Amino acid sequence: MVASSSARHETWLWFAQRASALVLALCVVVHLITIVYATRGGLSGAEVLDRTRGNAAWLSFYAVFVLAVAVHVPIGLRTIAIEWLGWRSRARDGALIVVAVALAVMGFAATWGLFR
Amino acid sequence: MLQVSVWRGAGEGRYVDYEVPRQTSQTVLDVVTYIQRRLDSTLAYRYACRVGMCGSCAMTVNGVARWTCRTHVSAVAKDDRVQIAPLANLPVVRDLVTDMREFFNKWSRAKGYYQGTRTRHDDFAAVKPQSKQAQALQAGIECIGCGVCYASCDVVSWRADYLGPAALNRAWTLVNDVRDGARSERLRAVAGDAGCHSCHTHMSCTERCPKHISPTASIAGLKRATARAALNGEL
Repeated sequence: MVASSSARHETWLWFAQRASALVLALCVVVHLITIVYATRGGLSGAEVLDRTRGNAAWLSFYAVFVLAVAVHVPIGLRTIAIEWLGWRSRARDGALIVVAVALAVMGFAATWGLFR
Repeated sequence: MLQVSVWRGAGEGRYVDYEVPRQTSQTVLDVVTYIQRRLDSTLAYRYACRVGMCGSCAMTVNGVARWTCRTHVSAVAKDDRVQIAPLANLPVVRDLVTDMREFFNKWSRAKGYYQGTRTRHDDFAAVKPQSKQAQALQAGIECIGCGVCYASCDVVSWRADYLGPAALNRAWTLVNDVRDGARSERLRAVAGDAGCHSCHTHMSCTERCPKHISPTASIAGLKRATARAALNGEL
């Protein structure tokens, strides 16, 4: 049942896109408010590290943030690839999985780098 | 005098200018009919009822898809000029006539047809008009298939296989029809690659629908229903 698997696939992608958007909406707001609040009196790199190192709450918040980005961005790019480029081959989804993995690796690396 | 610029030809064509006398309460369909009867009998266009019931006279008037029979010239003419073209997103047969086969084929692909479960020996189905499902069905049922929403849809213009607002709206009315027996198949049909999830919620269909239906709301309903079905393992 090709039609059925496509229906399930598309519905799950849509669901993942909406769920990750919900997480991102919260994360982005917290992220921006924190930046504005923390940098009021100027902030050096050393001061940033002083606050993030060993801070488990900070680590878990940004781990969730990175995960949501890694889910949300490739699904959005997939729609753009279909609508703007007409790209419908299997290679498209392979390329988008690479994008997802790259976003996750870079994001987690940056988050871990500020934590340890 | 009204300066009317009308699309002539099929895939390849051009706008041809005509002068049409202004009249009170004149509709755009009156203008097209005047051109065909008095100025150029070779002009091809399509209409039937003239009163907003049949849905066959939709055209692009000054860049916007409309029923020409229910559009007064006074509402759309700018400096006594009007441009009339065939509906967008559909192949042009000739002049103002579009080929609507694909539009209706998509209704079929979205399983936009009723599939009953009862026979003549069964009793009537009791449907409470106040029920949530009956209300959702009523909200979309008055569609007459004119193609205005389809011609106004950005997503159809980007990806030709997208089922479109009219077909999905019809599917949503049937999903809410408690007498219908093909709910799961229909949800599978509308959730596929070019189905309801491709909608960007631009709401052009809702903005332009002459019947004031909101296909956007219907498509959102399908998204919720398909998501629920996927979560329950029914898709």
